[in-house]
Order: sequence, then C-alpha cells, then structure tokens
Amino acid sequence: MAETYDRRRLVGILAERVTDVSSRDFPGHYPGEDHSWSLEKFRENLTVKIQRASSRSIEFDLVGVDASIANAFRRIIIAEVPTICIENVYVYNNTTVVADEILAQRIGLIPLNVDPKEMDMKLDEDSTDRNTIVFNLRLQCTRKPDAPKDSTVASELYENHELLSGHLVWEPAGEQAEVFSKNPPAPTNPNIVLAKLRPGQQVDITLHAVKGVGKDHAKFSPVATASYRLLPNIVIKKPIPPHLAEKFQKCFSPGVIHIDPRTNAVSVDEKNKRKDTVSREVLRHPEFEGHVELSRVRDFFLFNIESESAYPPQRLFPEAIAIMRGKLANIRRAAESLLDRPSGDTDVVMTDS
Amino acid sequence: MSQQPNSNPPQTGRYGAGFVPPKEAMEYNCADCGATNEIKSREPIRCRECGHRIMYKKRTKRMVQFEAR
Repeated sequence: MAETYDRRRLVGILAERVTDVSSRDFPGHYPGEDHSWSLEKFRENLTVKIQRASSRSIEFDLVGVDASIANAFRRIIIAEVPTICIENVYVYNNTTVVADEILAQRIGLIPLNVDPKEMDMKLDEDSTDRNTIVFNLRLQCTRKPDAPKDSTVASELYENHELLSGHLVWEPAGEQAEVFSKNPPAPTNPNIVLAKLRPGQQVDITLHAVKGVGKDHAKFSPVATASYRLLPNIVIKKPIPPHLAEKFQKCFSPGVIHIDPRTNAVSVDEKNKRKDTVSREVLRHPEFEGHVELSRVRDFFLFNIESESAYPPQRLFPEAIAIMRGKLANIRRAAESLLDRPSGDTDVVMTDS
Repeated sequence: MSQQPNSNPPQTGRYGAGFVPPKEAMEYNCADCGATNEIKSREPIRCRECGHRIMYKKRTKRMVQFEAR
C-alpha cells in the first residue's frame, strides 16, 4: 500500500509555484502542540538507509532531520573533510610545451590514495615526514629505434610520449616507508595525462604533497559531487481513465508509474517513485487536472556522494559528522568559558569621544 | 607564484652547482633545426648545422618553485 506522509511534511508542487517550503515544527507554531526539541523524538524519527553503494559512490536516505542539518553535512563533505594533495612543485627542468605554472596546477589536481588519517596538517612549521610526502616526476621522450617508417602514431614512434600521473615516484622519508608499507602513496588513477612530449623534451620535477581542506582549494575536496534531493511524492486522487494510462505514464520518469497489464489501472510504483525528476509535465495536461497531486517530503533527503579521493564513499558521511561534532565541541567550550567569567556587566560600552 | 629559491631549498644537491660556465661560451638552441650551438661573445650568430641566424637561449638549470594552485 502506498505510504502516506503527514501533510505537514510535504512541500507542495503546483504548476507554477511551490508551497510550504519552510519547516514549521518549532515550538509555538501550532497552538497547543509541543514541538520542543527532544532527543527521544529525534531518535524515533531519524533513519539512515543505504540504497546503493559501489567502490566510487554511495546513495542513501537521511530521514527526519532539518534541511539545515542535511545541508551542513553536505557542505562539510565538500569543503572540510581533509585530503592529501600535491601543494609544492619544484621544477628542475621542463622543456615540454606545457608551461611550468600550468603543469604545476595540473599536477596539484591529481587525487592521491593517501589516507588523510595517516598525516598531520602542515601549519607553517617545517616539513616533516608526518606532514609531507615527496614524489619525483622524471621523464624523457625519445624516438623508438624500430618504429615503422610510415607511422604517424605517437605511441609507435616515440618512447614516453605522454607524461602520466602513473609516472609519479614516491620517495619515502623517515618513518614513512613503514607507515605506508601496506598502501604506498600513489595517484588513485595512473592514467591521467599531464603533458604530451616529443623527442628531446623532458621533465624533472620534485613534488611535495600535504594535507588540506576543500575550502582552501577545490583540489583538496574529497568528492566529485555530494548532493541531496527531496523524495518526490505522487498521489493519484482520482483513477486515471484506462485510455489515458500510457499518456499519464509518459508524464513521469521511466519506472515511476505502473500500469496493470490486464486492467490498465494506473498506480505509483512506491519503490521507484524516487526516480522521478518532478518535471511537472503531468500538470500541463488539462485532462489530468485534479487527478494527481505532486509534492516532495521536506525531511526526506536522498543523498548521493561520489568519492574522488582516498576515502571509500561510505566513510565520507561519518567523517563529516565527526567534523561537525568537533565544531560543536568548540562552541560548547567557548560558551562554557563565558560562564566561568566573573559575573557583572562585561559588555563593551561605547563611549562618545 | 614562482620564486627562485635564495634560501631554504627543499632538497640539497642539484641546483646552484656551477650553472654559470667560467668561459664566455654559451649554449643556444637553433630556432630552425633545434641543434645545440656553442657561441662565444662577438662570434657571428649562426647555426653550425643549418646556417639559421635565430637562436634561443636555453632554459635555466636553476630550480623554480611553484604552488600547485
């Protein structure tokens, strides 16, 4: 049977506007109802359910939180979950057609497979084996002696005609050889083309990778995308006439509307209704007026996170929660230190002078 | 931005060791054929291989530092 949602949880979707966008479940809005926040109630309503997970991405439902919380986690994943990236580029030689600064910028964007847990943030102090990983990038392009005469293909004619991320060579320093013995630092993808070379051209570069966060530079962001949508809700108010069933089905994304093959009865596929893009096509047709109601569930977030870093995708959300908790602990400490202050008016008084 | 390291090199070794030759002969690349030519001061600027009269200076052997941003 179709799951019905409390009307208060729904964002109405009409032909030309959306209604009830903001949540109203705060104290004092509904007369005579207690909407004060309680952990018990929150626990009862909160659900997290993984819908699909792969080695690179994860989709899950986060139900029962306010949009501000869901959005905070999304933003933390993008901008504050740390990763390791190449930050300093020391060019000894680069005779390729790619200018030094362009090549340096490209090298910085390479995702590395280093677990950020294993490294410290580098804060203005000197480089140590705890906060810096050194790579070397050396390549020289030469002619292949046995190349076919009439060939025009670079891979047949030349040795090392492409500078790839796989050419990065890690140089262990200090205790790193031990710490990273299981998973030696390298790019997550060895096939990223950094520059194309021709015979006689060469590069000789040393690279320093450090830990950083996405708000400093987008190269440190651990995700390709981290986004959410609200669950679409489709309610059929009046039965759809059988001769219009197919037209009705085509108003929605594939799989959202189910037509009974025998009776032509139209129903919403509860499992697949999340696939709907809520295009509102159905609201354009006068013959369906009053037959269907579109909405979205305000506290039902369909998260989609694509990791593009050392983190497995399922680790990113817990990592964001840990960072959020760290921030809250900070605020708590700051607030409590206010209480410890000697009582009395400590406000700054503005004086005229 | 790039900077020439005057202090605090990331690694000791390669840079700084004899990049200015004592004699006045300098190496240049021919703009036409790409051959390396040694040309002393007041010598005619002319490629020994092909006779082309345009030369390029070689890239500095000093290390250049960049931020990957």
